[in-house]
This record gives sequence, C-alpha cells and structure tokens, in this order.
Amino acid sequence: MSLWRQSLEVSRVDLLVERRLGDTYRIVLPFAVVAMMIFSLALPSSVTDIGDVGVAVFWAVAILYGMQVALRTSLTETQQRRDTVMLLGLDPAARFAGRSMAAFVLLSAFMGILLVAMILLFSPELPRGWLIATLGAILLASAGLAMLAVLAGEVSAGLRNRSTLAPLIIAPLVVPLVIGASQVLESIARGDGILVWILLLITADLALLTVGVGLAKPLEEASR
Amino acid sequence: MDELARLQELEVTLDGRRVLDGIDLALRPGASIGVVGPNGSGKTTLLRTLATLVRPTGGEAQVLGSDLSKVPDRSVRSRIGLVSHIPGLFEELTLRENLVHFARLTGHPEHVVDKAIDVVGLTRSSDRAVSASSFGMKRRAEIAWLLIAKPVLLLLDEARSGLDGDARQLIDVLSDRTLSAGGAVVSVSHETDGLSTGVSEVHELRAGSLEVLR
Repeated sequence: MSLWRQSLEVSRVDLLVERRLGDTYRIVLPFAVVAMMIFSLALPSSVTDIGDVGVAVFWAVAILYGMQVALRTSLTETQQRRDTVMLLGLDPAARFAGRSMAAFVLLSAFMGILLVAMILLFSPELPRGWLIATLGAILLASAGLAMLAVLAGEVSAGLRNRSTLAPLIIAPLVVPLVIGASQVLESIARGDGILVWILLLITADLALLTVGVGLAKPLEEASR
Repeated sequence: MDELARLQELEVTLDGRRVLDGIDLALRPGASIGVVGPNGSGKTTLLRTLATLVRPTGGEAQVLGSDLSKVPDRSVRSRIGLVSHIPGLFEELTLRENLVHFARLTGHPEHVVDKAIDVVGLTRSSDRAVSASSFGMKRRAEIAWLLIAKPVLLLLDEARSGLDGDARQLIDVLSDRTLSAGGAVVSVSHETDGLSTGVSEVHELRAGSLEVLR
C-alpha cells in the first residue's frame, strides 16, 4: 500500500477519533476563548484600545492551546496500540504524515474559530487585505505546529514524563512559527511586504517535513 | 527457511534490570511452544522481543530472517501476530471500524473483515464501540484480525485467560491455521492450563532463564 494512502487512512482515523471525543472543540476551544477574555481583563489601564493587542493575544493563545490540540493523539496513545500499529507494518513516515495531516485540519479550524472570537472580543482595526494574509498565516502555522507536535510526540514516546516533556520540546522550536505568523498582519498594517514572513513560515514547514519524514523510522526504533 | 526464529544467549535489560538472561530458543515451521512462569519472570518481554518490539541487549536473535540487533524490515513485522494481554484497539472506534482500519492500512479488501467478524461470532456486536465492549469481544476482534492477517509467527500472551469456551476455541483455530500454513506458535501463561492446546514443547521461564519442562 502506498505511503500516501496509508497517510490518508491514519489521518481519517485520527479525525474520526477526535469527532467522537470532541476534545478540541468541546474542551480546548472554550478554554482558549476564556483565556483571550482573561487577557483583555488583565491589561493595564495604559492600554486604552484593547484592539491594539488583539492580534498578539490571538497568536499567543492559538499557539499555546494549539499545542494541546496537536499533542492530543500522541500523548494518549497506549503502548499496546503502538505495538499493534508497528506489527501492521505501517510505514513510520506514513504515520508521521497522517497524524500531521489530521492535526493540521484540526488546528486550522481551531485557529479559524479563535480568530473570529478574537475579532468579536477585541474589535481590532484590521488593515486592507488582512483576511487572506491571516488565513495564509494560519494555514502555514497550523502545518508547522502539527508536524512539530507529532515529532515531539514521537521523540517522547514511551517516556513516563512525556506529557511534560513534549510541550518543552515544542516551545523553543515553535519560535519561527510564532514570529512568522504574528508578523504577517503587523507588516500589512505598517505597509511593509509580507513575503519574508511567509517565506519564514514555508521554510520552517519544509524543514519540519524533512526532519519528520527522515526521522520517523529511527524514532520508532528508538522507542522499542 | 529452516528456522522461523532463533534466540541464542539472548539478553534483554529494561530500565536497568536484566529481564531475560541467556535465553536459547529455536522455532521451526510447525512448532508450537508453550512458556510458563510466574508473574514478572519475563514472559511478556520474551514475546515482545520475538515480535521485534523490544531490542535485545545481548546475545543473538533472528526472527523471520531478520537480525533483531538491527532495524527489522516492515515486511517482517507484518508477518508476526501478537495477542497481548491488553488488546491494542482504538477504544473510540467500533470493533468493525478497527478491523477496517487495519485492513486498509495493510491493503486487505474490506469484505474480508465482515467474513472474519462472522467467523469469530461478532456479527451482532461489531458496531459496538471498543470502549463499550467486553474483554472477550475485544479479544475476538483481535482474533478476527489475525485470521485476516495470517501471521507466520503467532505469539499468544495469556491469550486464553478471561475467555469463554467458544473464544478459547477460536484461539485454537487461529493456532491450528498458523501451524498448518507452516508457521509457528509461542504461547505464554503463568500456568500450563493457559497455554494453547496442541503445544508440543513446554518451557519454564524463571528469573529470566528458560528451561525445558517437557
């Protein structure tokens, strides 16, 4: 069976499981919206227009809570299920790609809903062309975060403290995604080009894809 | 191939503890071997090593032509069937959805799933979520999958415990099919009653070492 079809099947089942559990939209999303509300309440009085911080708050919350969404599958996987999948002869690269695709779909929708919530809560002043640029940034950041989370899940597989370790692995590596995504809208507002930030996001995504596919087999073996 | 698996002076250390120590075992086509031993004696580790899921830390281990000190080929793993004491199914999916998922990942047509479900007697409960299924149903689903996958090396970890007579008979059917196709079966249990019927050789695993009982 081709790597692509195996990836699609892994992705299909991950999304089916998420649909049944509803963790992302019933648990993580409401918490993320509440976090944005708390941010707005905690701002100092010197901030006269909360719309000025809306985009920054959106990206901080989207990335932090997005980590939870993306890590969910890896952190809840049992040893027995891991054994079963290994004995099916599944290509580890297909597993990486499939899980990343599922996490990408979840994260894109999650960030899209969060964006709407941010606009309603903060009423930011949005420059011309913001929508397409922001959606592009969301898609690229979601892809990067999804692959990073799957990679972190594989690195920490089998470790007792993996639920603590995995976010710590992600935190420093997510920096290019945060900077790239958050600067897209900022650059439009300043009237600067956004190409450099889009290229940063694409470069980060390609690097993660290369590392993820390349390390999939060694990481699977390291866990046995 | 003369031997399906050969372990020589096999050692496995997990978390700094020597779990298996100097194991010698050869599996020829048609061999059905039973291993008994008290809890914590290393039975599960022995099976997981044969299943290529644990890397040996000493000695030599060859399984289906693959040297376990190196990275086994994926095609080797797909010819190994492991029934572990905790079923490795997706709890959120139904029994049938699990089997369809496995079939799709391995390129088996979906219609064989329904046939296998029928053979193991799960037709009426196959649309039940795994999380809402009894242990026996989960075990039957695993057996159904292995009937489809047709493993060359079948590894049974306390596979008969907690099952009713019909389900235990299915384990025997699975073992018989594996053996008649030229494969080998290794079953482990803490008592001889828990081993597969038709076991030709029984070993005892005690403190990580293997001795022939009969």
